[in-house]
Amino acid sequence: MMEPSAYLLLSGILFGIGVAGVVARKNVLIILMSVEIMMNAVNVAFIAVGSYLGDVTGSVFAFMVMTVAAAEAAVGLAILIAIYRLKETVDITELSILKW
Amino acid sequence: MEPVLFVIFGAISVGGAIMVVTRRHPMASALYLILTLFAVAALFALRQAHFLAAIQVIVYAGAVVVLFIFVIMLINVPESRLPVERLTGMRFLGVTVAGLLILESALVARRFGMAGTPATDAGSVRAVGTALFTDYLLAFEVTSVLLLAAVIGAIAMAKKKI
Repeated sequence: MMEPSAYLLLSGILFGIGVAGVVARKNVLIILMSVEIMMNAVNVAFIAVGSYLGDVTGSVFAFMVMTVAAAEAAVGLAILIAIYRLKETVDITELSILKW
Repeated sequence: MEPVLFVIFGAISVGGAIMVVTRRHPMASALYLILTLFAVAALFALRQAHFLAAIQVIVYAGAVVVLFIFVIMLINVPESRLPVERLTGMRFLGVTVAGLLILESALVARRFGMAGTPATDAGSVRAVGTALFTDYLLAFEVTSVLLLAAVIGAIAMAKKKI
């Protein structure tokens, strides 16, 4: 029998790795993938706690998170394509056109 | 049996996630992302959340990562034009803060006092389907509006001229 804290710990580790990817990498594609890892980490916590409580709400919330993640990936990659067409780069430090 | 499988798939998911954020070429990252997502799907199945495990494989590994790979191949950044990742003080600080976040979540998880119980069938297709189409019907329908908005937004964004 597993303690639920083990799943929460794994969720925290995955989320931390995702945060490290977002703050440390320059490639926009890898930053988007790190965001996906973070959303997956949240899903692990939802499923684990939902399953331990015997409640279906955890699964429903994880389902909603997945929907948002899919929509985010589609829109994010579309923005990336538009930016690449304009600036010919995937380096996030060069994408400062909105910066004052 | 569950602890052994948990350790195996947990280690695979964490290792895959580390590889995703450390690879230089995004294509390698995308392939390791598939590994991570499959391991997480296995963890879902371990907690008897069969519906979410199937959706994880179909939607994430089958749609989102394929979209990523499609875009990586479409824009096809040459090896020499990939961003140069240098270790600066700020980025070192950022990774340190992420490590502190992991430590903090470990401390919080340790205080989460709940006894281990066998997994119930709360995540089965029948249970989740019933909940989605009764209690959460409005949220489920609004989800379709969100996806429609995302589709229209993505097309409007990526198209040259509308």
